Amino acid sequence: MKPTFLDFEQPIAELENKIEELRFVQDDSVLDISEEISRLQKKSQELTRAVYAKLSPWQISQVARHPQRPYTLDYLAGLFTDFHELHGDRAFADDPAIVGGLARLNGQAVMVIGHQKGRDTKEKIYRNFGMPRPEGYRKALRLMKLAERFGLPILTFVDTPGAYPGIGAEERGQSEAIGRNLFEMPKLKVPVICTVIGEGGSGGALAIAVGDYVNMLQYSTYSVISPEGCASILWKTAERANEAAEALGITASRLKTLGLVDKVVDEPLGGAHRDHGQMMNNLKRVLQEQLKELRGKPIETLLDARFKRLMSYGRFKEDAA
Amino acid sequence: MSWLNKLLPPKIKRDRRASKPSAVPEGLWSKCSACEAVLYYTDLESNLQVCPKCNHHHPISARARLDMLLDAEGRREIGAEVKPVDILKFKDGKRYPDRLAAAAASTGEDDALVVMQGSIHNIPAVVAAFEFKFIGGSMGSVVGERFVRGVQAALEARAPFICVAASGGARMQEGLNSLMQMAKTSAALTWLADAKLPFISVLTDPTMGGVSASFAFLGDVVIGEPGALIGFAGPRVIEQTVRQTLPEGFQRAEFLLEKGAIDMIVDRRELKEEVATLLALLMQEPAVA
Repeated sequence: MKPTFLDFEQPIAELENKIEELRFVQDDSVLDISEEISRLQKKSQELTRAVYAKLSPWQISQVARHPQRPYTLDYLAGLFTDFHELHGDRAFADDPAIVGGLARLNGQAVMVIGHQKGRDTKEKIYRNFGMPRPEGYRKALRLMKLAERFGLPILTFVDTPGAYPGIGAEERGQSEAIGRNLFEMPKLKVPVICTVIGEGGSGGALAIAVGDYVNMLQYSTYSVISPEGCASILWKTAERANEAAEALGITASRLKTLGLVDKVVDEPLGGAHRDHGQMMNNLKRVLQEQLKELRGKPIETLLDARFKRLMSYGRFKEDAA
Repeated sequence: MSWLNKLLPPKIKRDRRASKPSAVPEGLWSKCSACEAVLYYTDLESNLQVCPKCNHHHPISARARLDMLLDAEGRREIGAEVKPVDILKFKDGKRYPDRLAAAAASTGEDDALVVMQGSIHNIPAVVAAFEFKFIGGSMGSVVGERFVRGVQAALEARAPFICVAASGGARMQEGLNSLMQMAKTSAALTWLADAKLPFISVLTDPTMGGVSASFAFLGDVVIGEPGALIGFAGPRVIEQTVRQTLPEGFQRAEFLLEKGAIDMIVDRRELKEEVATLLALLMQEPAVA
């Protein structure tokens, strides 16, 4: 797959194009230019390393939304075996913006639930750009309850611009659906591991992200409001999204420092989309380790820690009464 | 104003209009924003900010709300010791601490939630009320913490918890910490449910975003105020997304009642009676006198 380059990656793109051209030339040339090619490849890697070493929060949100970034179904195919998708909220519809079902991680049966974006235009529309409607959240909750009943650990993958702001979504209780999940997830009597794999967009992300561990991929984002949304409220223009991204503190490293995220999972050089296989390996190692640790603990201990952590959210000062 | 007006240069005209003194001393008279009736302010106040002509429910401050719900005796404020801090050194046009100071100066509160323990027609209860004028009633760390302390006080006193919401949503100046208040407040409500203590949620104009999508709809009984705008996404955002005009009355309390999202709509002047009656029923206490 030929990588799609982002605006700030243009110097890398030019180098890669040159390499591609040379390869083409080499095919029907008597001269051996493989040395030149490998020299350029090395240079491209160094350049990528240099560019990615100092990404701004806004650039990171571009990487988090990269059109070739692995989505939940890619992780399901790459990390898990025996995946059986389960559909529907049993009340209204099946929401393709959230997928879920039974699967095995290293032979261990688990429940996997995640937001799903589309790759091409047709699928993007079908998946509603990864923006769930209430039935998506209700399906997610149904599957979590099912997992709890059978003692299966729950793994969630977060990747959404946000819950869908639509007429039908409001009519069917978008708020209630999200709130209900926030009420039920803290009590689930099975281990819950949540991983932000791309965009963690506000309440629509949080509604499947309450658990024992909250991980973020290195170039994923998690925010109370999108940088564009924040900029258009504060400065009345979405064009200052880069400033908003900076101010909101949405990157994995910043949120780790703030104590809101447990683990930052390394991405391959140039982002997860450059090497799906390596991304799968990195994440698999982390999930297996966490799962093993959580399964070794009595459920009361897990729930205590989960509540303690939820109650610790927020910073304030306290006056001596 | 005809020939004289024409003679004046445009700049003066503008200035005259801008500095034109109000014909009515401020605060004495008030115009209903719904029916345009001119009302004597004290009449409006004694009517709990409900227009006596058209029943439009005007905004009401957190403390006035607590005053109208709680019995006069034996009140105790909860969580007042919790104060906001600037976690992110957030700055847009204004620094966040300046924004907090301005909101404090105009409302007399130091954050957007006031919690008080007391009783409602002699039924012990803890009531939390949002101050919408404090940065749009937005929920940040202090709102979340005071909410949880209110729930804890209710648990200790084995008393029900009531929350009157009026909020635009999460406080973006606190970043992800404010989003996490949704999870924090909702999780605290599981304690009330386990202890079989009622949580009554009153949604007033407006209840949106992160407040709407967390504890607001988790009430054992959910009450809306007449005409209140209640929803997840704001009407403008929805309109821009779906590119169609929204139906009449969309996201208003009456619309939510019709869609099955709330239990009832209660006139503000009857709210205290209604809450007391519901609490007595849920807790199997004798009927309220």
